[in-house]
Amino acid sequence: MIEAVLTLSGIGLVASLGLGLAARKFAVRRNPLIERVEQILPGANCGACGTAGCSAFAKAVVEGEAPLNACVPGGQEVARLIAELMGAAVPSTESYVAVLLCKGGKGEARSKFEYDGVSDCRAAVLVSGGDKGCAYGCLGLGTCERVCPFGAIHMDEDGLPVIDRETCTGCGVCVKNCPKGVLLLAPREASVHIRCHSHDKGAQVKRVCTVGCIGCGACVRICPYEAITLDDGLAVMDYTRCRQCGLCVDSCPTGNITSLVSQTPKARIDPERCKGHALCEAACPVDAISGEPGKTRLVDEERCIGCRICCSVCPVHAIAMVNPD
Amino acid sequence: MSKVFRFKGGVHPRDRKELSRDKAIEPAPLPERLVVPLSQHIGAPCEPVVSQGDTVKKGQKIGEARGFVSVPVHAPTSGKVIKIDSFPHPLGKDLPAIEIEPDGLDTCADGAGGQEDFASLSPDELRAIIREKGIVGMGGATFPTHVKLSPPEGKPIDTLIINGAECEPYLTADYRLMLEEPEKVITGMRIMKTILGVERAFIAIEKNKPEAIDAVKGVLGPDSREATVVPLEVKYPQGAEKQLIKTIVNREVPPSGGLPMDVGVLVQNVGTAAAVDQAVRLGIPLIERVVTVTGEGIREPKNLRVRIGTPVGSLLEACGGFRETPGKLVLGGPMMGISQYTTEVPVIKGTSGVLVLPRSRVRLEEARTCIRCGTCVRVCPMNLLPNFIGTFASRGLFDQAERYYALDCIECGSCAFSCPAKIPLVHLIKYAKAEIMAKKRKK
Ligand code: SF4
Ligand code: SF4
Ligand code: SF4
Repeated sequence: MIEAVLTLSGIGLVASLGLGLAARKFAVRRNPLIERVEQILPGANCGACGTAGCSAFAKAVVEGEAPLNACVPGGQEVARLIAELMGAAVPSTESYVAVLLCKGGKGEARSKFEYDGVSDCRAAVLVSGGDKGCAYGCLGLGTCERVCPFGAIHMDEDGLPVIDRETCTGCGVCVKNCPKGVLLLAPREASVHIRCHSHDKGAQVKRVCTVGCIGCGACVRICPYEAITLDDGLAVMDYTRCRQCGLCVDSCPTGNITSLVSQTPKARIDPERCKGHALCEAACPVDAISGEPGKTRLVDEERCIGCRICCSVCPVHAIAMVNPD
Repeated sequence: MSKVFRFKGGVHPRDRKELSRDKAIEPAPLPERLVVPLSQHIGAPCEPVVSQGDTVKKGQKIGEARGFVSVPVHAPTSGKVIKIDSFPHPLGKDLPAIEIEPDGLDTCADGAGGQEDFASLSPDELRAIIREKGIVGMGGATFPTHVKLSPPEGKPIDTLIINGAECEPYLTADYRLMLEEPEKVITGMRIMKTILGVERAFIAIEKNKPEAIDAVKGVLGPDSREATVVPLEVKYPQGAEKQLIKTIVNREVPPSGGLPMDVGVLVQNVGTAAAVDQAVRLGIPLIERVVTVTGEGIREPKNLRVRIGTPVGSLLEACGGFRETPGKLVLGGPMMGISQYTTEVPVIKGTSGVLVLPRSRVRLEEARTCIRCGTCVRVCPMNLLPNFIGTFASRGLFDQAERYYALDCIECGSCAFSCPAKIPLVHLIKYAKAEIMAKKRKK
């Protein structure tokens, strides 16, 4: 009995000693900073930063192999926290949001045939490119909804994904997984979007969809900033030029262009500050500003399209944009 | 007589060949317009060499091959080029094609003579003719034939198998061809044997076509040493290349990317053999083929000799039109064919059949949960685990699917055919394959 107990405890002792030594000898030294960075990250493992997931990113940042602000979902706030931890300067981060470039749901777009296969857009494209009459349109089987790591997408009754701009972090996972390429990452502040992605000729678009871009060019002509160009029968928005005036929205005959701005803001000039330089007057693309030489300028709100050009040229910062009541 | 081996798995769908098996091949009427796709083979598509408004003659080259794995396309009749544009293609996409309005005269292009005495030509000359005449595998895969006939150094071919199994239900095009024109098939085989310099050849035909077996044996003569006609067990997918090789010469094509030539075998479809014969002996390019128009949804099933580029709609008309509301239109057989959404798609070099199923026969069944019966595993001729690959695909786990050899699937459809839970296994596996390939391309 005694021997048995002694033998067993002996074996236990030797084994634990061995384990203890091994733990010391083979310990993986991990930079504690990595762990702290990882704690800051959102933990969605979306991969938008270009690494395999949040842990890999934390390691890469600490080792200087990834920029501090590469975490897209985390945005400016996470970049700031990481910078603080690492004692580096805070880089500025641009913020994006996913936008659907299709308006043709079940009600608007014709369907080619009855599809009864696997319920996933990526599987459906294998069958004659999907059942949608438009070769470019959203298939509506909700692959984007399922892959979104943040639950920012839900499919509506019309069979189109609706993206919740608040929850969407702009990680781009949906964009990568949509087989039709109808999702786009657009700058978060952009509010005017051309919601079609079809390069088909106008007649063909009309045959299959009531709301598609027919490439008429009305928006191109009306845009004061040359922000829209026609690319092979499709109007394409250059977000760096768009100033959200919304003129194109009303010009589109199929109602394809949408704007999130319900009312266009108007320029208002503070008479206290205005010194009558009239730089704004010269800059205004629609001649909405006028005034006597050297006097306070006046804005014709009927004409103002809310482009903010005047604000940016005013040397004394006398112009503010206000929403009309 | 050689011993017949077996391949693992397979299924026994009802063949329904009775609908068209006794209908002799007849020429299909000339349609009002022909749409000849520039992409009718696996490999780089053709470059058009005619322009809108040109008049073309029958057999004239209208699309030039680009690259080695590519063959030209020819005008199926004389007429005028109306348009070169994108048209619906049997593969389900819109692809570039040349639209021709026939003038009804069928004037042949001159110059193209054949060589009765093919033995006087060198293998390279023969290969060049086969390529120039646009010959591709007509069993459905449409792989350029001259490429298959040019095995690389170090991979000698010792066996040629002429595939007349036609194991897809409904189809009878190959059967009628063997029955009515066996000499073309045999001559084609002789030409290919000459090119490869092989002694050993087999002609494989399923046992349910005894008349075809007799016809082919008749041409070969009683104790011919040229080829052995092998009657095969009736089982699907008996006509699939790898399964055929296993049954006839008991060799296994190495999995994951192995090719028949790795085991010294070349398989060619009977239609391809006949086309090779026509090209070499008579100088006729591949501009027509036999197509079975069949199915319960068509009034009068037929075997037609169809010009490449004929819109399917005109074939349906030639067969009396729909019998009742159509439910499904498939190009190819019911197991591996591709469903179409429009009758505008043209017949291409790989189109063996046009199948119309009436609405009343198309059952749309809801997929249920896998009951783990293992049927799909048992029937898979590629020794895969379709249930697992399917599950991985439906959960988006494509790396896992790849580890379970999704890419080895030959898409024969045996698994989905026999799944009692009606899980669309092949669709899921095709989906996984597409995602895996997309990822590989990105790398
Ligand atoms: S946006 Fe793309 S992924 Fe989302 S439902 Fe439409 S086709 Fe599918
Ligand atoms: S909607 Fe798209 S971009 Fe936005 S969080 Fe979801 S997956 Fe990322
Ligand atoms: S997994 Fe592929 S090869 Fe196997 S039975 Fe299914 S379709 Fe055929």
